[in-house]
Amino acid sequence: MTVPEQWEPRETPEVDPETAPFWRAAADGTLLLYECDDCGLVFYYPRAFCPDDFSPNVSPKPATGTGRVYTYATTDVVSEWPSDDLPMVSAIVELDEGPRMLTTLVDCDADSIAIDDRVEVVFVPTDDEDVAIPVFRPTD
Amino acid sequence: MSNSVYIAGAFEHPTREAPDKSAMQLHAEVARGALADAGLPKSRVNGFATAGIPEYKHTFKGPMMMADYLGLRGVSWAENTDDGGGAQLTHMAHAVSAIRDGKCDVVLITLGGRPRSRAQNTGTGGTAGTTMQDNFEHIHGNTVITRYAMVAKRHMHEYGTTPLQFGAIREAVSYHAQFNDDALYPDPVTAQDVVNSRTISDPIHLLDCCVISDGGAAVVLVSSDVADELARECVEIIGCGESITHHDAGRMNILETGARESGDSAFDEAGISRSDVDYASLYDSFTVTVLLELEDLGFCEKGAGGEFAESGALKAPDGELPVNTDGGGLCSNQPANKGGLTKVVEAVRQLRGETAPEVQIPNARYAIAHGMGGDFVTREKHTTLLLEAPR
Repeated sequence: MTVPEQWEPRETPEVDPETAPFWRAAADGTLLLYECDDCGLVFYYPRAFCPDDFSPNVSPKPATGTGRVYTYATTDVVSEWPSDDLPMVSAIVELDEGPRMLTTLVDCDADSIAIDDRVEVVFVPTDDEDVAIPVFRPTD
Repeated sequence: MSNSVYIAGAFEHPTREAPDKSAMQLHAEVARGALADAGLPKSRVNGFATAGIPEYKHTFKGPMMMADYLGLRGVSWAENTDDGGGAQLTHMAHAVSAIRDGKCDVVLITLGGRPRSRAQNTGTGGTAGTTMQDNFEHIHGNTVITRYAMVAKRHMHEYGTTPLQFGAIREAVSYHAQFNDDALYPDPVTAQDVVNSRTISDPIHLLDCCVISDGGAAVVLVSSDVADELARECVEIIGCGESITHHDAGRMNILETGARESGDSAFDEAGISRSDVDYASLYDSFTVTVLLELEDLGFCEKGAGGEFAESGALKAPDGELPVNTDGGGLCSNQPANKGGLTKVVEAVRQLRGETAPEVQIPNARYAIAHGMGGDFVTREKHTTLLLEAPR
């Protein structure tokens, strides 16, 4: 069962001032994490403050974009999703920087994916040229 | 004066499909049923709680529109928290405090809705953005079912849990459902039947999922003074606990749920131990939901939920911990996509000795009722109640 290569354009997420840098970086080909300048926590999803110590001193931190599959699930039942773009493989990827993120796997054979597989980020465009969606594909 | 709070009335709507009724009508019918069960007139209600009704916009107005519709006067305490499937258990926990504080002494809590008649694609929607976080989650198309499937898959990876062990949970509750005349799916199935059913999102099969049903339920909570007036014997609420867990900046452990903390709080307050519990009503949106609750509520070791289910422990009346003897959300009812309150109703039936005789636990004294909302992986809210039979 081969997963469709790219589903595009994806629905554009709501962008607000706090998250705009994340989406713009994605459109430029960079997965952005944030790091607390005070306690060192590297976190995802983006916020204008540190969710541990509440410090406003946080800085964008470009991620390597590599990680491993923490878990995944294949489905061909998703209402309101183009049927040509199914099945989809939902996944949680554990980035090499630490944070786990909900995402999808692409460019893969759904039957051969396994937990702990190495993956790298790729970006799917949306209708908004300043917004792209980070998804992952196996690298092994 | 005792500080105790009691469940005086409990009622579950017998219908599972109500195409010819309004959602508000279902609320009225369960309210009437619960008040009749308690032996109290509507005029005595001075506390009221309901979550919003999804059929109407502005669901935050739920208690106002419903109090108006029901003709409730003199409501001095109201609550409309909507934390998902366990909302009415949360209302109960909060009502206990309100009654103890003297804000009210007869609290009506209602649930009702028509997702089955409205043919909602429950659980399979992925793209709708309704919260800030949806932009980082639902935008990927992952649905409630895929998120639970990811949890099940990780549990299998870490603990060797098998699809048949998830299926054993439905096997047990479907055995119970055959004795419930109102159950939507009353036919017993085996764990192998579950595994043989259509895959929705591997490893979740169709029969791992709860029903989608119309209907509702209601309860009436009273102070000890009111309980003393009543002809009926009342079930006491002896412990309540709540907990939220979430994405935690990317550190979420998807195999640990908020049931750990809500359960600990409830058991601490009640002063009883896990081994004292005779019956468990556990939120069962999916079989994996029950499995993690068994572990996190402390009825078996972490990772051993599959073996526990497979051992026959969940089967009434003789299992080690009979679960969902009405057939639960998996086989009987998940009204308005919020199965929490039906968990309380069945626990009350067990403690009053009113269930089907084939599944009645002899001399049941303590029961647990557990609700959850939100979903595994992202954000979840758990509420646990511990109940004691009339003596």
